[in-house]
Amino acid sequence: MMRFSTLIKNPADWMRGSGPHSEIVMTSRVRLARNLRDYPFPGFSQEQQRVDLLANVRSVVEALPEMKDGFSDEYVNLSKIRKQVLVERHLISREHAARSTGCGVVVDRKQSISIMINEEDHFRIQGIRAGLNLRSAFALVDQVDTELEQELAYAFSSRFGYLTACPTNLGTGMRASVMLHLPALVLTDQISQVVKAVGKIGLAVRGLYGEGTEALGNLFQISNQHTLGEKESEIIAQIEKVIEGVVRSENMARAKLKEDSPTHLRDQIGRAYAILRHAHILSSKEALNLLSLLRLGADLDIVPDCDRGLLDMLLLEIQPAHLQLQAERELTPDERDIMRAEITRLRLQSIAPPVNVSHSESPPPTGGSFQETNDE
Amino acid sequence: MKCDVCTNEATVFLTQIINGQMTTVNLCETCSKAKGVTDEMGFGLAEAFLGAGNTTNVPRNDVLTCPACGFTSAQLKKIGRMGCPHCYDTFQEGLDQLLSSMHKGTRHLGKIPTRAIADSRRNASMEELKHALQSAIDEERYEEAARIKIEMQALQTPAPQAESKGA
Repeated sequence: MMRFSTLIKNPADWMRGSGPHSEIVMTSRVRLARNLRDYPFPGFSQEQQRVDLLANVRSVVEALPEMKDGFSDEYVNLSKIRKQVLVERHLISREHAARSTGCGVVVDRKQSISIMINEEDHFRIQGIRAGLNLRSAFALVDQVDTELEQELAYAFSSRFGYLTACPTNLGTGMRASVMLHLPALVLTDQISQVVKAVGKIGLAVRGLYGEGTEALGNLFQISNQHTLGEKESEIIAQIEKVIEGVVRSENMARAKLKEDSPTHLRDQIGRAYAILRHAHILSSKEALNLLSLLRLGADLDIVPDCDRGLLDMLLLEIQPAHLQLQAERELTPDERDIMRAEITRLRLQSIAPPVNVSHSESPPPTGGSFQETNDE
Repeated sequence: MKCDVCTNEATVFLTQIINGQMTTVNLCETCSKAKGVTDEMGFGLAEAFLGAGNTTNVPRNDVLTCPACGFTSAQLKKIGRMGCPHCYDTFQEGLDQLLSSMHKGTRHLGKIPTRAIADSRRNASMEELKHALQSAIDEERYEEAARIKIEMQALQTPAPQAESKGA
């Protein structure tokens, strides 16, 4: 199997690829909750039962063709920082990272599929794709699930579907979630309306790292809450339809910003670029919010030829556990802010400054012709 | 007054009237936040985390235990999760009401694991064969009975093989 260092050294497949609407939709993820018939759920089992289950199923999971040459380990062998790195890569959940004995994870080579063992359910099978691509993410996990089921006796009832520890996951056991970058909806104060509208149709909106996390860097996750009484394809079609709508709104908001307040927009993006290129102390929150503006600049061609893959990778590299992994020791928050700024300066060297003079626009404002300030 | 979920002092008191039945829930600050009670979208609150039976005319100390794992209805009410897959049989009563408050429907319409289908088909054919065997014996058609027995054995063979692997 693959070493942890090798896994982390490489960007995940989704960071390199692009998918539909990938200028706004960062990733599409689908996870399936699955359990074995003859074991209590992890939350109500003895430690020995979880240890036995992990010992019994680990080789079965590792032997899946998709997991060939992948990464696999038990949590007792993984440091807190390493587990946190996996959280930051969206490969395991925060809840799972908090556990230890009897828990483990298997990740495929491309970091597209991860299988958590003894999370809230015996298995959490997750697939991740770039852009708006829930169908393809589902196809990944569906295939793995079908293969696993040939080897293991799942807890399934024809009435309730896949039986899960929490009744909120019952039925399909599927959670489909899409990560969106919505800076223009935030800048134009329309985001709360969108969040409210999405919530009304039974979808959940969360921050970057799931439940209870802040929407840092203008990143939002939208996912289904209902899992029973609908087919997987119906749930996915509904989310995709909603996301298409959110993408349209974000695009309209971007067009409006460009139209109504181009100078203000360039100012924000220019300042973000300048701070990121020259700061020596960067908090996580500040870095994420400035990188969001830089990405917006790239999307609107204000920052020309900007490598999005580099921005995606940087977004991960400056997360607390990634910094500490690189430093090979625990860092204080102050030390992290310094290291975060250093890495950011280094990585952004290759990115050219934003276009400061636009030939297509009117000449520099003189006196009364400058009306834009009224907009903000 | 104590919180219904933990033992802290309750500060949030909810009253709901559903179908003419009054339900009250007392929660502490932490639990009310954890349960998202402050969310105006919330509905069927009492059912959502105290179990469907928690209405004023149902005795609350009525405890049911799952024979497979020992999980009790009191624990279910407290943590809102099941102990093992068999709990879904044990705590069936009121489950549909709970599920309809959190999902689009109360019946699974999604993927069905192929082995589960094979298992249920095998069970169905086995029932049929048992029936045929009984009538063959009753009617003293012993040759046919022997043939049915062989068929039943054949049907049984793949099952233990498939279940021996993994868990």
